[in-house]
Amino acid sequence: MDGLIAEHVPRLRRYARALTGDRTRADDLVQDTLERAWNKLHQWRRGSDIRAWMFSIMHNVFVNQIRQHQAATVALDDEALEVPVRATQTDGLEMRDLAAAIARLPVEYREVILLVGLEQLGYEEAAQVLGIPLGTVMSRLSRGRERLRALMAGATTPALRRVK
Amino acid sequence: MSDRTNPMPEADLHAYVDQRLDAARRAEVEAWLAAHPAEAERIAAYRKQNDMLQAMFDPVMDEPLPLQMHPQARRRSFAPLLRYAAMAGWMVLSGVIGWTLHGADAGKPAPMLAMARQAAVAHVVYTPEVLHPVEVGADQEAHLVKWLSKRLGAAVKPPHLRDVGYELVGGRLLPGNQGPTAQFMYQDTRGQRLTLYLSNKAADKGETAFRYAQEGKIGVFYWIDNGMGYALSGEMEKPALLRVANAVYQGLNP
Repeated sequence: MDGLIAEHVPRLRRYARALTGDRTRADDLVQDTLERAWNKLHQWRRGSDIRAWMFSIMHNVFVNQIRQHQAATVALDDEALEVPVRATQTDGLEMRDLAAAIARLPVEYREVILLVGLEQLGYEEAAQVLGIPLGTVMSRLSRGRERLRALMAGATTPALRRVK
Repeated sequence: MSDRTNPMPEADLHAYVDQRLDAARRAEVEAWLAAHPAEAERIAAYRKQNDMLQAMFDPVMDEPLPLQMHPQARRRSFAPLLRYAAMAGWMVLSGVIGWTLHGADAGKPAPMLAMARQAAVAHVVYTPEVLHPVEVGADQEAHLVKWLSKRLGAAVKPPHLRDVGYELVGGRLLPGNQGPTAQFMYQDTRGQRLTLYLSNKAADKGETAFRYAQEGKIGVFYWIDNGMGYALSGEMEKPALLRVANAVYQGLNP
């Protein structure tokens, strides 16, 4: 059983790093997630997907952390998006821009984009991890990717509605 | 976004980006995109987002695990300090070892760490076994040695660890990433168990110093000696495990 959890630590670290954009914060998040997972292992249903279960624990820990430190979040409104992102030529610079753009995405978009695009979870699986309907995953994915594209292109932000 | 006469569902476009369509539907989406250049550009940008995310964050998976990755090993009050100190130590250590071991290949994942992980998993799988902890018991040690040596394609022999309080229980054959591996199990008088994992296909040839990783509650010392990879796993404090690791090393190099 211990091995089941340990096996997923590298993936949790990858997701956490992308989610927080910071090595120390990410490993703290992984640490807190593992702590929960160990304590709640008896609640995990044998045969169900332990990876999705652990990602959902991480999601809950992350969301709680954000609630406790409101300052660290980006509001869903677009005020924070006024600083234009520099258009670039090389991959290295693009990477840096991507990191910056990811950090400025609202958390709701960021999570969906990373679970699907980086962790390659299925849409249903992502819905399960985040505890939201499939339709919401799809709309966040659509809006989030477009927002990310706009940020990467340094375009002015299109008027977006508040996400439910 | 989509044209009115011939719309394409947004969900299908994302499924295309994420390569979740069957071949027939994929062809339809591709045909549609060919006829809608602005949309094609948008979808290409989404694909690139995925590619860049993976390129940027996949290497995190190969980073050495921080020593204190297991929460139950941490003490609340000064855990963060310890943890950061451990992480900093790891970064320096793995930097140095990575450089000396891999040279120009420093960017590649560390196969030794993968071996340590496998050893830790094998440890937690088999040490709780009451009825069948090993395939061949210590009472048939000669047979065990002959069998495992044959399967691993190299002479393997369990070192004797009586001096540090552990008796051989026996051993078993295991599947590794690159072929057969072996596990020897030891036990002390209180029933505390240790496992020694051996891989003949440790990708880093040559000698290395002991390295340490923590997988869950399991500590693992691992090293290479004469082309053979070793990983000693146990659920105990690092200094106690190091003492045994030294005894193993000396047992192998009398």
